[in-house]
Amino acid sequence: MYKMQLLVCGGTGCRASASAKIVEKLNESLKAHGLDEDAQVVTTGCFGFCEKGPIVKVIPDNTFYTEVQPEDAEEIVAEHILKGRKVGRLLYENPETQEHVSDSKHMGFYQKQMRIALKNCGVIDPENIDEYIARDGYSALAQVISDLTPQQAIDLLKQSGLRGRGGAGFPTGLKWEITSKFTSDQKYVVCNADEGDPGAFMDRSILEGDPNAVIEAMAICGYCIGANKGLIYIRAEYPLAIRRLRIAIQQARDYGLLGDNILGTDFSFDMELRYGAGAFVCGEETALIASMEGNRGEPRVKPPFPAEDGYLHKPTVVNNVETFANVPVIFLKGPEWFSSIGTEKSKGTKVFALAGKINNVGLIEVPMGITLREIIYEIGGGIKNGKKFKAVQTGGPSGGCLTEKHLDTPIDFDSLVAAGSMMGSGGMIVMDEDDCMVSIAKFYLEFIVEESCGKCTPCRVGNKRMLEILEKICKGKGSMEDLDHLRNFANVIKDTALCGLGQTSPNPVLSTLDNFYDEYLAHVKDKKCYAKKCKDLATYTIIPEVCTGCTVCAKNCPVEAITGERRQPHFINQDKCIRCGVCYTKCKFNAILVQ
Amino acid sequence: MTKIKSLDELRKRKEQLEHRMEIRDKSDHPESLVQIKVAMATCGIASGARTVMNALVEKIKKEKVPAIVTQTGCMGYCYAEPTVEVKKPGQDPIVFSYVDVKKAEEIIDKYILNNELLDGILPANYQTI
Ligand SMILES: Cc1cc2nc3c(=O)[nH]c(=O)nc-3n(C[C@H](O)[C@H](O)[C@H](O)COP(=O)(O)O)c2cc1C
Ligand code: SF4
Ligand code: SF4
Ligand code: SF4
Ligand code: FES
Repeated sequence: MYKMQLLVCGGTGCRASASAKIVEKLNESLKAHGLDEDAQVVTTGCFGFCEKGPIVKVIPDNTFYTEVQPEDAEEIVAEHILKGRKVGRLLYENPETQEHVSDSKHMGFYQKQMRIALKNCGVIDPENIDEYIARDGYSALAQVISDLTPQQAIDLLKQSGLRGRGGAGFPTGLKWEITSKFTSDQKYVVCNADEGDPGAFMDRSILEGDPNAVIEAMAICGYCIGANKGLIYIRAEYPLAIRRLRIAIQQARDYGLLGDNILGTDFSFDMELRYGAGAFVCGEETALIASMEGNRGEPRVKPPFPAEDGYLHKPTVVNNVETFANVPVIFLKGPEWFSSIGTEKSKGTKVFALAGKINNVGLIEVPMGITLREIIYEIGGGIKNGKKFKAVQTGGPSGGCLTEKHLDTPIDFDSLVAAGSMMGSGGMIVMDEDDCMVSIAKFYLEFIVEESCGKCTPCRVGNKRMLEILEKICKGKGSMEDLDHLRNFANVIKDTALCGLGQTSPNPVLSTLDNFYDEYLAHVKDKKCYAKKCKDLATYTIIPEVCTGCTVCAKNCPVEAITGERRQPHFINQDKCIRCGVCYTKCKFNAILVQ
Repeated sequence: MTKIKSLDELRKRKEQLEHRMEIRDKSDHPESLVQIKVAMATCGIASGARTVMNALVEKIKKEKVPAIVTQTGCMGYCYAEPTVEVKKPGQDPIVFSYVDVKKAEEIIDKYILNNELLDGILPANYQTI
């Protein structure tokens, strides 16, 4: 009988760095020490700590090993499993105290988290439906279809207060109710797994770590709205998630949890996968439906909404992966339990992909209403290298920046909008004093211009013009009028673009204009980028006292702007210098000053 | 694979499968469980700690005791091995010496389930990570 289990992360992040090999080596070592009856190796989904992967967690003592290599397997088995001594060098190190943390219960990263959508990720083997069933899997579906009418189930979901996690936060129960009211010979349940926001990967992690939760929720939705067919629209760049979904769907069919007359009732439901090519706009629900129908992935005017006129013009519910992942547990634990978590208007939790200049980057799930300060300084372990916090970007290309003054604002759907940003899919990028906010706005606009489908003029042309202005500003050629133009363009695009992509695309510009106007001014008036990110605004000079006259910079300068005798201080001719920064990276003596 | 044909059958299947997840479920909230640590360094293993650990795990499973068993390295009581540390929620840990299978069962029956103290308690004078 197993006394211990070794949970090895099999998520995309960790697999890329050899987690399959680790599993093999652990099994070999366990056998060699005669411990294969005592300890079991289980491959799980993502622990959210991918940056420090591959992760191996030993339970029941919750030892959290990071950056494990296949060669470490033998030591883990010989020391920890056999003799009970944790392998110190593989333990997570607290970024502030540099001390090893013995178990995940004492890691700041996990202490403030609350896992609902991710509850099985990093816990169960996603390729084994038995482990899902052992954790109450499919019990919610069974109860709903055996004991409740569709309307009763919808009422419970409405009471829970669940809102869509795909961006806009529309009440999920209401969406199901509206769709259930339309009569039709055929209806559809669609799961939106397009996940186009750069930097977000929660949907992928859920599908890789707990695919059955999404399948179960889609079946529940089918029962509620009167649909017997589900479709998962997933980007083809997610091969592991696709594989795990296929396995899960097949296992659910084998058990009779998908298919005809599920659990002996009249309810039948089955599903299939549809693959997207990864265009951001195809995440918008009408474009997604068009793409599934084999047409160009372009949005159309709403209304009519998909609830009435969706896939093949039939009533269709489109929900996000994370939204679905919340559904089964709401039925198991009850709507009151769910609505007791979070804020007045945003219930439950939200998964964020925490990234940028922060010590602990990764996937986190926190109750709505948590503050940025808690996320950044407690879960995230503070800003990297002791730098100063500047801003947090949320909502990706549709969102905006939050600053110092928002650090103690409880985060939910509505407070983020009030602060000029939005929840979006849950990207959260932390920036420090070295980040240039004009460049950040430019980065998102470049993305938008690339991803705009071009169907309507404000978005196609307007964003291009805005990008040109930002490029000008970053080159030191911007004027005060340009700043006014930016605002005007932004407001027009917001009001006139056809779909959500265009309507929200000016947000990164507007919110940086609002919160960091000084930085725009510095670029426009002083022609300075104090974060030293806009290369064209930097001046490179050589500090004569430090320069050893090694000539390396002069040899590498592409335009021969540097002169000087060997062993004598060198000099940069500012008229010739094209500000490429090569001399700065080549000088071994830190003699080049960037200003 | 046989199909699951009703809510009852699903419940039964879940009960059969539950044990797979038992360690994982328990490790989720260790602070609310009795934590038993068996010293498993060379001295401990030599003096039969593994058999003791097996006995503890077996009994906890059979009688559904709210406890988890883990192993630790040498506790520094080599003379008294096998030693077993028991920590009840909210209480200081207690270390038992010379634990054999019979004593292990007594620890569960008497100390853990009925709060009776046993012989062979060692003063706790060490730190664990
Ligand atoms: C440009 C654009 C991209 C979108 N991308 C996604 C996406 O990747 N995933 C997603 O779930 N929703 C995305 N949405 C939102 C969907 O249109 C839709 O509102 C959502 O899937 C509804 O599910 P929910 O109610 O569960 O959030 C996007 C919207 C827009 C305007
Ligand atoms: S707003 Fe942009 S993405 Fe949306 S329909 Fe118009 S051009 Fe296409
Ligand atoms: S590389 Fe540095 S030290 Fe060498 S000549 Fe250039 S500035 Fe001076
Ligand atoms: S920044 Fe580039 S162009 Fe200017 S001096 Fe250095 S190497 Fe030459
Ligand atoms: S993929 Fe392993 S922790 Fe995320």
